[in-house]
Amino acid sequence: MTAQEYAFAVIAAVGSISAIAVVTARNVVHAALYLVVALLSVGATFLLLGAEFAGWVQILIYVGAIVILFLFGLMLTKAPIGRDTLDNAHRWLGLLVAAGVFAGLVFLIQGAFPLDAPRFAVFHATTGAVGESMFRDFVLPFEAISFLLLAALIGAIVLARKDEGN
Amino acid sequence: MIRLPFLLLFSALLFSAGVYGVLARRNAVMVLMAIELMLNAVNVNLVAFSSSLNDVGGQIFALFVIAVAAAEVGIGLAIVILLFRNRASINVDEVNLLKW
Repeated sequence: MTAQEYAFAVIAAVGSISAIAVVTARNVVHAALYLVVALLSVGATFLLLGAEFAGWVQILIYVGAIVILFLFGLMLTKAPIGRDTLDNAHRWLGLLVAAGVFAGLVFLIQGAFPLDAPRFAVFHATTGAVGESMFRDFVLPFEAISFLLLAALIGAIVLARKDEGN
Repeated sequence: MIRLPFLLLFSALLFSAGVYGVLARRNAVMVLMAIELMLNAVNVNLVAFSSSLNDVGGQIFALFVIAVAAAEVGIGLAIVILLFRNRASINVDEVNLLKW
């Protein structure tokens, strides 16, 4: 095992445990905090893979903005606490489906990329290279995404605001 | 130097945890959190392949996925708050107005 693999093993262990804790926690605020740890470990994986811009965007947008939105959502809706009120009656069926999905994915992954596949050297993509590629090859998708974001945020304001008339 | 299947297995585990969360949770905000886990699993795959294939395209797609996830959370939480205002509950199994 190389140093990067040891580092990734630690990150992946922390991330996997907290991802499972997100979907099994009995307290909604604890689940949101576990989500922070899971998202941070994904961001650390990006940094380990040489994707520095994507890694810092992950940490800034997800941990800095999206989790705060989730906490606002939880506070504004007075979510109850406890397994019986948080999980529905089909929990075991859901566990069965999730285990089936995981088994299927593991089967496909070890078929396509055996565990003793050769190691690859991490590709360090600088922020400049990412920006250059984004504005040369992906300008139209970029504009479409920014329009989508604008429309979504206007839609969110329209949905969530109180109607004064009635 | 790192082996690709380790990254793919981590992503598979994140995705399966998200699938379980979407199916098992009643609280709509928790369902949205589980969806975020699934989107992150996809991003891990995109960045892993981008790094192994020496191509920044995968990272740009991961950035697009992050932007779409931000839009989705904004709309999703607005709907959840509207639901709470109208029904005083955000349990997804009690939202059956369109069910016959």
